[in-house]
Amino acid sequence: MAELVQTVVEPVESQLALRRRIAIVPALNEQETIGRVIDEIRAFDPGFEILVVDDGSTDRTAAVAEARGAHVLALPFNLVIGGAVQTGYQYARDNGFELAVQIDGDGQHNPPEVARLVGPILDGRADMVVGTRFVEGGGYRGTRVRRVGIHLFAALVSLMVRQRVTDTTSGFRAVNRLGIRLFAADYPHDYPEVEATVLLSRHGLKMVEVPVVMRIREEGNSSITTLRSVYYMVKVLLALFVGLFRRYPKILEEE
Amino acid sequence: MTPLRVSIVAAIAALALLVVIFELIRSRRLQERYALLWLLTGLVIFVLAAWRGLLGWLADLVGIAYPPSALFVLASFFVLVVLLHYSTVISKLSEQNTILAQRLAILEHALRSKEDEEESGASRSRS
Repeated sequence: MAELVQTVVEPVESQLALRRRIAIVPALNEQETIGRVIDEIRAFDPGFEILVVDDGSTDRTAAVAEARGAHVLALPFNLVIGGAVQTGYQYARDNGFELAVQIDGDGQHNPPEVARLVGPILDGRADMVVGTRFVEGGGYRGTRVRRVGIHLFAALVSLMVRQRVTDTTSGFRAVNRLGIRLFAADYPHDYPEVEATVLLSRHGLKMVEVPVVMRIREEGNSSITTLRSVYYMVKVLLALFVGLFRRYPKILEEE
Repeated sequence: MTPLRVSIVAAIAALALLVVIFELIRSRRLQERYALLWLLTGLVIFVLAAWRGLLGWLADLVGIAYPPSALFVLASFFVLVVLLHYSTVISKLSEQNTILAQRLAILEHALRSKEDEEESGASRSRS
């Protein structure tokens, strides 16, 4: 009897091959790292279409990415991160992609860990998967203001989406077709990851976190960066608060 | 001391401003990043209208004999800052608008010459 209960577990790679998939890589002045990011994504799975969204770089980011054979959308001027990422989701929607992975062009995310990100999407457990630095198996060090902000938002967002969320600012995420359609139609502006998580939950989509290890990025620790962090924190807090009173149009029920 | 009626009217006006700002953000007619300065304006005026002692102290500090005038001066100052901020926003928008128009014109031209090329290629192969 026992041998009949054997379940066939296909490896992630072979399940992945069945989906039209895209890697959205937002980049702003990343000519030093963008080439390696593209190579690593391709080494992990050559079936990913790689789309670099160049958010108004003044260096050779777009040229380097094109030379490596990536598709490049060069925005005519800086739209700040949210606008750039949304451009990627719109491209994914318009070209019929079924799975999108978001990977920063600065090299802080490890492309081989995409395997972990896509798992819950492939077996239908989630519409969005976020790579988190804080659950067991992850690791993060950063400036104090950033850490405080990250924990504050984690607590708030957990309350709002009624689910434990540990890393709301991680830009290493994967979404299915529903997620692509939602983010193509509506995506927050600056510091978008926090609001995007809440937005997703408001539209009834499921999110899970998986642990990842991020490479530590060199960050300026000047007072300007601190001031900007505080500004973003206030801005996002305001957006979250007002969002509580907002009714969301049903973007996903058409079709 | 500020007349009580002045305080009440100013506080109500500031509250009304805050409510309008909130509703504008909620209905997505005002983005959060452009609302912050307005919110700050509304909050400062509300606090000074409600906390009469603070307004009196502030007026005294800068030598304004009649405290409600201090409220008026401060409100004008905030409106000035908001206006200046919008001037910089408009400058940026108009610059981006120029870039968009330029890129569009170049793109249209590239598309037209490509179409012309294909057309002439097609007619040549037909003859």
